[in-house]
Amino acid sequence: MRIQKTLSSILMTLLLCFSSASVLAEEGSIDQTVNEAFALATGWFVNLIFAPLPGTSFPWIVLWLVTGATVFTFYFGFIQFRAVKHSIGLIKGDYSDPDDAGEVSHFQALATALSGTVGLGNIAGVAVAVSIGGPGATFWMILAGLMGMASKFTECSLAVKYRNEYADGTVSGGPMYYISKGFKEKGLPGGGILAVLFSIFCILGALGGGNMFQANQAHAQISSIVGDYPGWITGVIFSIIVFSVIVGGIKSIANVTEKVVPFMGILYVLASLAIILMNLDKVGWAFGQIFEGAFTGLGIAGGFVGALIQGFKRAAFSNEAGVGSAAIAHSAVRTKEPITEGFVSLLEPFIDTVVICTMTALVIIITGQLTIDPATGLYLVGESGRIITADGSSGVALTSAAFGSAFSWFPYVLAIAVVLFAFSTMISWSYYGLKAWTYLFGEGKTAELVFKVIFCLFVIIGAAANLGPVIDFSDASIFAMAVVNIIGLYFLMSLVKVDLKSYLSRLQSGEIKKFKN
Amino acid sequence: MSTKLIVGLDGSEPGERALTYAKQLSTLIGDCMIELVYVIEWSPYSFQTAEENARRHQRREQEIKQASERVITPALEAMKLEGFVAGGRVLHGDAAELLNSVAIKEKAQQIVVARSTESGLAAKLFGSVTAKLVMSASVPVTVVN
Repeated sequence: MRIQKTLSSILMTLLLCFSSASVLAEEGSIDQTVNEAFALATGWFVNLIFAPLPGTSFPWIVLWLVTGATVFTFYFGFIQFRAVKHSIGLIKGDYSDPDDAGEVSHFQALATALSGTVGLGNIAGVAVAVSIGGPGATFWMILAGLMGMASKFTECSLAVKYRNEYADGTVSGGPMYYISKGFKEKGLPGGGILAVLFSIFCILGALGGGNMFQANQAHAQISSIVGDYPGWITGVIFSIIVFSVIVGGIKSIANVTEKVVPFMGILYVLASLAIILMNLDKVGWAFGQIFEGAFTGLGIAGGFVGALIQGFKRAAFSNEAGVGSAAIAHSAVRTKEPITEGFVSLLEPFIDTVVICTMTALVIIITGQLTIDPATGLYLVGESGRIITADGSSGVALTSAAFGSAFSWFPYVLAIAVVLFAFSTMISWSYYGLKAWTYLFGEGKTAELVFKVIFCLFVIIGAAANLGPVIDFSDASIFAMAVVNIIGLYFLMSLVKVDLKSYLSRLQSGEIKKFKN
Repeated sequence: MSTKLIVGLDGSEPGERALTYAKQLSTLIGDCMIELVYVIEWSPYSFQTAEENARRHQRREQEIKQASERVITPALEAMKLEGFVAGGRVLHGDAAELLNSVAIKEKAQQIVVARSTESGLAAKLFGSVTAKLVMSASVPVTVVN
């Protein structure tokens, strides 16, 4: 309890620094000074998290996530490939007891978690990955996405198993709960400290990557269409909308978003498929480039290692497998078998990375956005180390140009999609941060309100300020969550294995029956 | 073996008319039991925020309690005083599907519902509950105007 209090006060101090640095950064004249001061204070942490492995440019945190995913893949006997059919059956409701109708379904838990991960990473991040790592990055991205499915399986099974269920029927779950309860159950020391550390990183990550970064990018998108205007205006509008949803409980806005976002996601995939079908003759060539680039690099800076780094990095950053965030969302499902949520959640990296990210990469490749030297067949790399693109664009503008080359109207749809994705990511992360906050400060209306108000204030700051070092710090916090979470998963994975064996044997014996045929 | 009638209630005035008709029918039949069903429209494929998910169980309990207290319990108490044999339940899901599945489960002879109160674009696009029930039910359906 004392450790919890001490760490909580450290968190409050950090938050104060965080917000005052951001607010002061707005006051133009001292902007530079404050940013530098913040960078100086937090730079060591950012450098530590994103430090490259000696002699390479490969961040150790990416290797940490990929190693975790590989360990879980082997430990659970390639569960992500064995369980897909059963996962789909669970989502369709084949195994749902009709008497439980009205509770959170597996589909709803998956859709909610997906709305937190599908976003800018799938649109802008992939463009960055292929423009630096070439088409070969796609191969490694798909591989890392497939491996990440095992991480999600592990964390989401534990999240349901060790969640807190309160007398009023509400639930709270996530890594902080399974680490503290699971360690206690196994008689391991340090669970409490790890859980508190996870919560602190989760709050900082929620305010940064899950909030300020999203608000910042949404403003950038809107101003690219309507022209430049002060960021605080976007911030205030977004803040009011977020406030009305998370504090005011105005369901209509959340309902609209939660319906429009999946529609946008489907539209994005359909547009990608249409472009792929329109260029069917180039698909074979594109996959050839992906495989060849994966092992030779096809002229990109860093060769095949460069492609591998970009692919792994993008997959890890996009699907958040091993970070522990989605485990918080998945813990709400009502099921007598916690392992079933693991089966369902493993589809998340598949949809996010293997399907959506790959679609983006394919569209960029087959629409000829990446310039090839006709003499050598290798990609032309500019001074920045990026492949020279058809119109010189990069990031979300590159994805937009790729779609725009087939459908001239699509960049407008994409801009709306980016803003909506940013909004739904904010709503999801407001909940992840809230659960970490209530873990530290206790459940209760006042504690919840304090966090929600802080969250809304950070929306304005994020949209208004130029916050390079603050954003770096919050990104580092999201990945610091993975450090704590994966340590926890290594110690607790044996518990999941026991449940998995029991479940599979009961499924095979017919004890677990389908309710629908 | 007594006859069983399933009556769909939604707390509306047309629903009351369906119940009145079912009671008349029950009197004519004699050995008859009436099962009242209140369906809260819900889909496992709708999209919700994480916070809504976390509160879903609590919300579900409240919805069932509210429907029971406002519609099912008063109707059952009144029927008991009038001498009818009746039961009731509140369910979540698709109204047409559930009314039919309760009828099958209870081996009921007939489903009695009121003409759907839905109108406008939604009814045109998705069809009304009543129309769907009439099209798909496994037992005879009486639609009360």
